[in-house]
Amino acid sequence: MSRSELRQASEWVWELPMSGQMRVPGRVYANPYIVGHVLDEVKKGEWNPLTQLKNVACLPGLQKYALALPDLHVGYGACIGSVGAMDLQEGVIVFGLVGYDINCGLQTFVTPLTRKDVKGKEERLAEELYRVVPAGLGIGGKVRLDKDRVDEVLERGAHYAVENGLGLKEDLELMEEKGCIRGANAANVSPEAKARFEKQLGTLGSGNHYCEVQYVEQIYDEEAAKAFGLFRDQLIVSIHCGSRGLGHQVGSDYLKVLEKAMPGYGLTVPDRELACAPIQSEEGQRYLSAVYAGINCAFANREVLTHLARTCFEKTFELKAEEMPMLYGVAHNTAKLERHRVDGREKELLVQRKGATRSFGPGREEVPEKYRKVGQPVIIGGTMGTASYILKGTRTAMEETFGSTVHGAGRTMSRVGALKQWTGKGVVDELARRGIIIKGHGLKGIAEEAPGAYKDIDQVIDVVHHAGISSKVARVRPLICVKG
Amino acid sequence: MSYELFEHRADIGVRGKGKTCEQAFEECAKAMFSAMVDVERVAPKKKVQFDAHASDLEALLPEFLNNLLYVRDVQGMVFSRFEVKDLRQGPGQWGLKASAWGEKFDPNRHEPKTEVKAATFYQLSVRKTPQGFVAECVVDV
Repeated sequence: MSRSELRQASEWVWELPMSGQMRVPGRVYANPYIVGHVLDEVKKGEWNPLTQLKNVACLPGLQKYALALPDLHVGYGACIGSVGAMDLQEGVIVFGLVGYDINCGLQTFVTPLTRKDVKGKEERLAEELYRVVPAGLGIGGKVRLDKDRVDEVLERGAHYAVENGLGLKEDLELMEEKGCIRGANAANVSPEAKARFEKQLGTLGSGNHYCEVQYVEQIYDEEAAKAFGLFRDQLIVSIHCGSRGLGHQVGSDYLKVLEKAMPGYGLTVPDRELACAPIQSEEGQRYLSAVYAGINCAFANREVLTHLARTCFEKTFELKAEEMPMLYGVAHNTAKLERHRVDGREKELLVQRKGATRSFGPGREEVPEKYRKVGQPVIIGGTMGTASYILKGTRTAMEETFGSTVHGAGRTMSRVGALKQWTGKGVVDELARRGIIIKGHGLKGIAEEAPGAYKDIDQVIDVVHHAGISSKVARVRPLICVKG
Repeated sequence: MSYELFEHRADIGVRGKGKTCEQAFEECAKAMFSAMVDVERVAPKKKVQFDAHASDLEALLPEFLNNLLYVRDVQGMVFSRFEVKDLRQGPGQWGLKASAWGEKFDPNRHEPKTEVKAATFYQLSVRKTPQGFVAECVVDV
């Protein structure tokens, strides 16, 4: 892969023209800063995001383009920040386009509080969140499930949490798939995957997962902000996590199933983690229903965490849960059936997003009614030291990216590299000077997540905003971040 | 025999070296747990055993490591000593017998770092070198 292969197609889009076994071209949403980072990764070796994009473009049934968003970096099989939309008859469901942490995602609720209200109470609130939100290696949740209850979670998603008093009924309407995707089949999830989840409902985990209290620093779009219930200086809370050990076990289990199935369908792939099966095949359908179960598992997990975070505000500020409504919940690693226009004709496709967010524009029936005029809220997680963004979905995304946009800043430095450059204590102290409280369960984990190990979030957002595949509504800054 | 962590853009690479392939696998497991805790502080009090199988030798490495992660989640344990035996090709598949020694995870004693969620096929390699064997892959955190 050389620089010359990546051609600038328009101000915000670079193209990877067809070559070798590619069936469609590749497309990268970027600016020169992002392209610089990508080429830097390419220089480092054979395993890089452009090779991975090229590999994805070789898969049968892919529609229009293999897409990569500006937070792209090397992933498993497919790069993080990629989208592939498949024809239902000719296409395949691909392990690498869903990944290990099924439905890792972000959920945000708003509060009636402003920055002023939290003055002097920051440390108390941070301690309370740290105590109440289970996070970190090997830390179990407060809810224990038996096998039947796990099945219920897998088939009913966030509805399970709400019916058990661990969330608000009104929240469900404000999550992708209304908190429960149809078609999940718990019977297609292994007993091992379920056993891993028995103690993990309502746990954050570690790595890049967090529970963050943020304030609205800037509003770009008054109309959308009003629809989303956002105002300047307002406190909001964002939770980033996924399906925990269950999702990973489903991933590892089906990687084997798909790999074994491929020869029977005459499929070969350039990377083992692109293992796939025809969507309509027995193995493909089984995997899809297990992915759906993983999606529901993560919806339930985030809803329980939302409930726990709200209780901290109830206690510290004497608020009621109902005074802290959900903004929205988005999913990052998914495979979903959606209707999109291809060559002027609307058709149903399997849209697989790996480290990418749905960005449905105005008018789509999947967008909750209260947001349907403006487009869905798109929540983007930055780093614990910089900023996060609330965007809105657009019509351009429907036309160009199968209704998809970026999901975060994207790393530029390895965890091992970050540990060489920063210490956990150094990061905590530096952020404290900037008024950000970090509560972590391991100092090493904090050093690994140092803001400097990520791309500049403002540049990443600039690309998707100007390219028009999502549009800026608000910029938020962290005040308190609880890490696993 | 030795183990180490190596760089990957978003996650962590684990590498084990040994005179035999079994030893390289054992060291690789130690590398993986060293990404999660201070393995020096994990007492080898309780033993768990399992068999692992995969379609080829390389795939056997993540399979072995993922089995350990499964036991960690379900039994709430972390491990510091590993033994791999009978690593060989059987009819139609590769297999090994594994033992691991460790104890209940204690966040106050074990210096928790990052939770490894899965061993992957990324940069997966099991190879013979002039010095012995090297087993490595990237783990998702």
